[in-house]
This record gives sequence, C-alpha cells and structure tokens, in this order.
Amino acid sequence: MAKQSFLIPLAIFLALVLILGLGFTLDDPHRLPSVRVGQPFPEFSLPDLTKPEIERTEGDLKGPALVNVWATWCPTCYAEHEALKVIEQTGVRIFGINYADDADKARAFLSDLGDPYVLNVVDADGRLAIDLGVYGAPETFVIDREGHILYRHVGAVDARVWQETLSPMIQSLAGAGSG
Amino acid sequence: MWIEIGHFSVLIALLLTLLGGATALYALQRRDVHWAALALAAAPLAFLLILLGFLTLMAAFIADDFSVTYVAQHSNRALPIQYKMSAVWGAHEGSFLLWCLVMGGWMMLVARLSESLALVMRLQVMTVLYGLQACFLLFLLLASSPFDRSLPFYPGEGADLNPLLQDFGLIVHPPLLYMGYVGLSVPFAFAIASLWSGSVDLSWAKWSRPWTNVAWAFLTAGITLGSWWAYYELGWGGWWFWDAVENASFMPWLLATALVHSLAATEKRGVFKSWTLLLAISGFAFSLLGAFLVRSGVLTSVHSFAVDPQRGLAILAFLVPVVGGSLALYAIRAKSIKTSAVFAATSRESFILGNNVLLSVAALMILLGTIYPLIYEAATGGLKISVGPPYFNALFLPLAGLLLLILMVGHETRWRKTELAHLLKGQRWQWLVSFALMGALLSWLESSSIPQALFAWLSLNVLVGLARQWGTRAHLRGRWRALMEQSTSYYSMLLGHVGLVIAVIGIAATSISSIEQDLRMAPGDEVQVGDYAMRLTRVGDVDGPNYIAERGEVVVTQGGQFVARLFPEKRRYHVSQMVMTEAAIDAGLSRDLYVALGEPLGDGAWSVRIQVKPLVRWIWLGGVLIAFSGLLSLLDLRYRKRTTQRAQMANESLATLSQGH
Amino acid sequence: MLAVANLLIPSLLGLMILVSGASVANTVEDLTFADDASRDRYQNLIDELRCPQCLNTNLAGSDAMIAANLRREVYRMVTLGETDEAIKSFMYERYGDFILYRPRLMPSTWALWLLPGVLLMIGIWVWWVMARLSSSDSDDEMQMSETDLAEVERLLGESHRANDT
Repeated sequence: MAKQSFLIPLAIFLALVLILGLGFTLDDPHRLPSVRVGQPFPEFSLPDLTKPEIERTEGDLKGPALVNVWATWCPTCYAEHEALKVIEQTGVRIFGINYADDADKARAFLSDLGDPYVLNVVDADGRLAIDLGVYGAPETFVIDREGHILYRHVGAVDARVWQETLSPMIQSLAGAGSG
Repeated sequence: MWIEIGHFSVLIALLLTLLGGATALYALQRRDVHWAALALAAAPLAFLLILLGFLTLMAAFIADDFSVTYVAQHSNRALPIQYKMSAVWGAHEGSFLLWCLVMGGWMMLVARLSESLALVMRLQVMTVLYGLQACFLLFLLLASSPFDRSLPFYPGEGADLNPLLQDFGLIVHPPLLYMGYVGLSVPFAFAIASLWSGSVDLSWAKWSRPWTNVAWAFLTAGITLGSWWAYYELGWGGWWFWDAVENASFMPWLLATALVHSLAATEKRGVFKSWTLLLAISGFAFSLLGAFLVRSGVLTSVHSFAVDPQRGLAILAFLVPVVGGSLALYAIRAKSIKTSAVFAATSRESFILGNNVLLSVAALMILLGTIYPLIYEAATGGLKISVGPPYFNALFLPLAGLLLLILMVGHETRWRKTELAHLLKGQRWQWLVSFALMGALLSWLESSSIPQALFAWLSLNVLVGLARQWGTRAHLRGRWRALMEQSTSYYSMLLGHVGLVIAVIGIAATSISSIEQDLRMAPGDEVQVGDYAMRLTRVGDVDGPNYIAERGEVVVTQGGQFVARLFPEKRRYHVSQMVMTEAAIDAGLSRDLYVALGEPLGDGAWSVRIQVKPLVRWIWLGGVLIAFSGLLSLLDLRYRKRTTQRAQMANESLATLSQGH
Repeated sequence: MLAVANLLIPSLLGLMILVSGASVANTVEDLTFADDASRDRYQNLIDELRCPQCLNTNLAGSDAMIAANLRREVYRMVTLGETDEAIKSFMYERYGDFILYRPRLMPSTWALWLLPGVLLMIGIWVWWVMARLSSSDSDDEMQMSETDLAEVERLLGESHRANDT
C-alpha cells in the first residue's frame, strides 16, 4: 500500500473530531427551529374562548403582535402568564391560542389570573397548533402587520427573552408604521 | 464518612495507576525484572481500591444516604433494593465509575495472565493500559465524581431512578457492555505495543486473540441484551432503532468482529498485519467515541445521559491525543511492516479480507448516518434533519446480504488457495436443500417477500453447509471420536456462525412477517389478529411499589384453545410522574404475542397495540450463541497449554534479561 | 451547575410527559381502516415519522400528546386517501425535515445517501488490489506446497485438520 495511505485513518479521525467539536457550538439539540417562519399565519376558523358564539379567523390576528400558545395543563404557562401581563402593559398586542385544553378551565384561568390577551382562540383538537408546527406548550410567535410569522420562541417568555429578543422585534415592526 | 473513604480510595488508585505506568516505563528502559514486577503489582491493588470506592457508593444507595448528590438524584426510599444497587450505574457519574472498575479488572487480569509473554511486550502493554486508566480516573475524579456531597442542605427524599431503568435489563446490560468496550483496550494496547517496539514477529497477534474474543463476546452479549431490553421495556415492540447510542455500541462491535477474523488470519498465515493493527486501534477508538456520544449530549437520544457540554469537551480532549496519537503512530510505523502474504483470490484469506472490508464499510456508513444531523445543522446554519431506521435499514441490508454471501462461500475455502472445483463441490445439493427449507419457512410464515426469501436462503445455506462440513469430518474418522477431536476453536467458529444465521433468520422473519395493529378496544371487545383472538376483559387500577397503573387484561385464544392471559399496564411513577408503557408479552420460540396499552379513548375504551412477531426470540438466541462462541474459544487447548509452559518461559525471559544487567 | 443540569433535564422530560399524559379531550382515534393496505400505510407512516418533542422516538412509540395528535392527523389523511408523499409533505411543511426519519434526497443530503455506496466501491477496489498483489507469486508456490501438503497428509493422515480456524 502507498506510504501516504497510512495517513488516511488519521485524517478521517481528525475530520470526525472537527465535526463533533462543531456539535458543541450548535443550538440545543432538543429545540426545533420553526419552518413556518416567513410564511403567512395558517388559516383557521375557531371559536373565541371568552365569547364562544364568535368565530375568529387568521384575519383577526392583527400584527405586529405576539401570538401565545398556552394551556391550563402546562405548568410553565402559569409562570409565563405573569410575564405576559407585564408585557401587555407596554402596549403590545398579545393573542392567545388555547391549545388542546378544557375551555371551562381556560376561562376560569383567565378570570382568576387576569387576561392580557386581546382575544383567545380555542384550538381544542390541536389542528391549528399542528399547522403552526407547535410541538409543546408554551410557544410564542411574532407576527407582522401582514400576518406573516417572523419568529417562534419555544418555552416560557420571561423578562430576559422579552428584552433581548421579542421586544426589539416588535419595536422594529412597529417603527415601520402605525402599530 | 464511607463515601469519603471510597473517594479517597479511588484517588489512591489513580496515584497507583500513575505510579504503575511510570514504573513500567522505567522497567522498560532498564530492562529490569524487579521494577517490572513492581509495575505489574500496581494493577491488582488499583483494582481493589476502585472496587472499594464502588462498594461504598453502592452502600450509600442502599442506606438511602441522600447527602450524596448522586444518590439523591437517582434513588428514592421506595425504590426496590435491587434497583438501588443497580442505580449505581444508572447515570453518568456512577456508570463511569463502573467503567473504571471494569478497566481495573481487565488490567489486573492482563497483569496476572501474561506471565509467559515476553517481558518487553508485557511492560509496553501495561504501560498503555496504565496510561488509559490514569486518564479515565482523572476524568472521573475531576469532572464526574459520584462521591460529591451536597452539604449542609440535602434532600430528605431522592428524585428516583428513571422508571425505564428500573428493570432487570439495567442491572445486567451496562456491565456486560462495558466489559466489551473496555476489553477492547487490550488488543488496542497490544497493537500499540507492537507498533511501539517495531517488532516483526507476530506474538502480539497470537496474544491478542483470546482477549479480543472475550471482549467481543461481552460486547455481543451487551448489545443482544440491550436489544431484548428495549423490546420489552419501551412498549412499542421494536428491538433496534438505530438510535445514536445503539449505533455507538454497534460500530465497535462490527470492527471487533472484523478484528476477530483478521487476528485469526494474522496468527495463522501472517497476513493483514497492518490491517489488524488498524482494526485493533479503530475498535477501541470507536468504543471511546461511543462513550463520548452517550455522555456529551451532542446527539439526541432516548438513551443519552444528561447533557453536559463541559464533560463532552473533556472526553473529546482525551480522544484526540489517545486516538490521534495511536493513528499517527500507525501512520509512521505501519508502513514499514513487510508482509509476506501470498494468497489467491479464492482463498480463505481473501474471503476474510472481503468480510472485513464489508464490516468496516458498514461501520463507516453507520458513523456517517449518526453524525450527519450534526453536519447538516452546522452546514445549513441551524436547520435540523433526522436520519433514522429507514436510512440505516436501506443501506445496511445490502451489506448484510453480501456478508452472508461471503460467509456462505467462505467457509468452504481453504487457506492460501481453493480450487474452484472444491468450492463448488456439493454446492448444488446444498442450494437445493436450503431452497426447500426456505420454501418451508416462508410458507409457514405465509409470506412471499423476496428480500426475506433471499436472506432466509443465504442463512439456511450457511447452516446446511456448516452441518455438511461437520458431518464430513465426523464421517471420515468414526463419528464420535472425530467430533471430540475437533479443536475448540473450530467449534467456536461453528457456533458463532450458527448464532449469526439464527439471528438473521429471526430478523428476516419478524421484520417482514410481523403483524402490527393499533386497535380501539373497549372492555368486552374481541379482535382477530393473525390466528389469534384477543379479548380485552377489563381495565382496572393497580398499585405498585412506587407507581400506580392502569392494567388491562387480555385473554388470547387460538382456534378456541386458550393461549395466554396478558396484563399490559400504563404506569405513572409517583416521584418522577413519568408515564411508562409496560407491554405484556407471551414469549415463544416460534412467535411472541405483544400487547401494549396506547391511550384512553374515552368511555373506557383504549387504543391497544397488538403485535404477533414470528421468530423474534431467535434474534437474541442467535446473539447469545455468538457471545458464547467467543467465550468458548478460550477453552482451546492452545491457551490451556500455556499454563504449564508459563514457568518455563518465565525462567527463560528471566535468564535473557539478567544477562543484560 | 452539573447537579442542576442533572436534575433539570429528567424533570423537564418528566414534566413534558406528565403534561402530555394529562390531556384527554382531543384524541378520537377510531382506528378502523377500509382495508389492510390502508392499515399498513398508516403503520408504516407512524413508524417513519418522528415525534417532534421526544428524544428520538417515532410517532408509533411515543406517549406524548403531540405524537397522539399527529397520529390522528396521519389516520385522517390515510382514510381520506391521501398518498404517502402528500402526508409526508404535510408533515415537513410544518415541522421541517426533522420529522422525517428517512431523509429526503436533495442536494444537502446527496453526501449522506451516496457516500456509503462510494465507500463500498472503494472497499471492493481495495480488496481487489490486495487480492491481486497477494496472488502474483501464488502459482509457483502453489505447486510446491501442494506436493508438500500431500506428503504431509500422507504422513500424518490428517487431511482435514489443516482447515481448522
């Protein structure tokens, strides 16, 4: 065998180490990036949570705004709720999608803990969530004026997430015209 | 207080290991027998000290000492005692302590059983092993110590062991697997010693064989057990998922299998010297890589330990000099190894080479698939991709088919050269018999699948061929005498290949002909699955030692005859609140009946997963036979004779060395 | 820090599973199929689709709520007569290639699908070269050793021992 070919195993190994080392620079392996980013908000026609006789559609979600996917069975949503109330105080619109939940429990949740949402939509069977590419709760989307999805955050929104990521986004969207 | 003693004990073991390595190097330099004896004496002592540390940790578990952080994280007062003990290796820190313990054990064995090995080689091998162990112990003590205490405030109750691990499988699977992974360090050490000394003789190959076979046997057993465990524990009826961690064990196994064959050829015929060296290095390298993959969190797996990049980096930092250094040494030294290999294309050597090429390609292919998601994510700036069973199955199957073909023809070959006439002799008869058997199998399975037929035919062909060969030997010299006179290594080869084809037949049968159905069943409903009528009689609540469960009762009949009563459960464990599916299995040699509860559908009805899996047990049976074959090879007379020659050879080496003083 | 990580991940996982196990209202799987072919298609699809939330499990093997919901979607689409391709497209339009266990063949996965074949060919070539190199002298040697071999066989009467491994 040619003398240089003995170096091949070493070369392969070094390439492998490089790739594995790269692995450390990557994002959390458990976080999925959203493939819906850049696309219009999915179409839907679902009842409003607090006023069930009204049907809401994607046109009712007027951006720039946050769209928050939540449920009463989701423990972190309780903590997030407080943060959302604070965020709402800053004048940002927050829409809610009540995900695979008991509507009565959800209404009780809002009346007990406060309602920072402009409106809430009942996604009882989770179809809208699937269309959004949601895989757990809570998740929060940022939409622009045309109703396109700009960003998805997985997990609870807290002060840090708001300050570092979501707020700048909303502000730049609002800055482009009337909010 | 005991934990501190254990901790201290392991620390002393580290010091002893470093000392042992240094002494071995010194003895090498001076060619001094007395220093050598000292160096070798360190290994058993170090092992005992690590064992002490291990036992103190186990004692802490049994005593519910939650001031020890590791115990608090992985145990619980209500945990049954056997799982408290096995929880020692249930997570990263403790399992790494087990790794070091097993390494210490192997080192002790090598130190004790290598007395008839030339002293220089013996010392070189031990030096490599001491070096490796020192790194392992350093990593254990610095980056993943199970001995840490969380004082002054510690929990009154533990977080509980992951319910998936509360099982017999956990008790046995990691120790077996580690015996294999760590055992591969021995042929690795022999290979390094050989490259280091630049010696031309083949004693390293001869000596490596029993150690390699045993390590390989344990690795086989570990993988087989892991597959069986996943099958009955995970609740969806699969027995291999090409999960990153499963692959991390399969890749070294493939290379170790190649190594076992390559060593045979090197020992008997002096061929493939540099290939065998490369395989020995790669086998252990993939073991270490496997350890990295499981513990670093770089790849997602149900199986991986908690994510800790810091730890992963440490392992990577260790991998680079050890494996990189070995491969560099190989690159420099191996090219000067002259081989006097002479063999024809139809020789046994050639077929072994083909076998090894295929096994290596398979290992590399699995590596590519396993790390590709990483490459993809880095290359696309964050997009994620999955590479799963459909990919691995599609690519592995053709390779497996080729391997079987090589086996089928290969065991007829002779060393150096085989006449074509000899190869073809009796083949037609053999092919026909196998075809008939295959037809019988497929009609029993009620299947008409071509791939299944092909794999079944190849496997049966090997079986019939092996039987025929064995029969020919028996026939020539009067049956029983001949059978007794065959060497143990012949039988271990036979058993290994028989085990392989049995496993392949099981895989072929169950992969294609399993019936899998998810059905809606309410209490009182009866469904027909295959030949079996299954009736869900009721679903009720049940209390376990540390869980509550909903348990269904399914009565299975076949043609009116009672077959089994199965109790699938959906458990919720108290502490972790994890939900687990406990499948109910009616095991049989010809088929398994597998029933698991899915989810409640309302009105008392459940989605029930029912499977009929023909010949699935053959997979693990085959694996067990393969593992046995590796152990059987140890009994070969060649290795036993050494005990009587040991004294003589020891005296000889003593004489030669003292002349150097 | 390590301790926190060690506690956090299993607890998060446990929470997620708790959370998924708790929901009841929305799974209305009837699980009846028009024919065996549809049932097989359904089983194959839920085997090949990945649960987006889990640590490497397919839809078939997962207890998570999202997996149950996605199974329901697959069931709905299979019974509506959608093709496998259409169903997989539906999934990866929403969850990306992550959800497919069989990576699509596209420029970014050419290396993945084609490299093993290339490796195999290299392997066969290596085998060919080595077999070639090693057999160049074999014919001359063959004759000699055959004679020797026959002699040995005659002397020792052990014609078959020579082929033990």
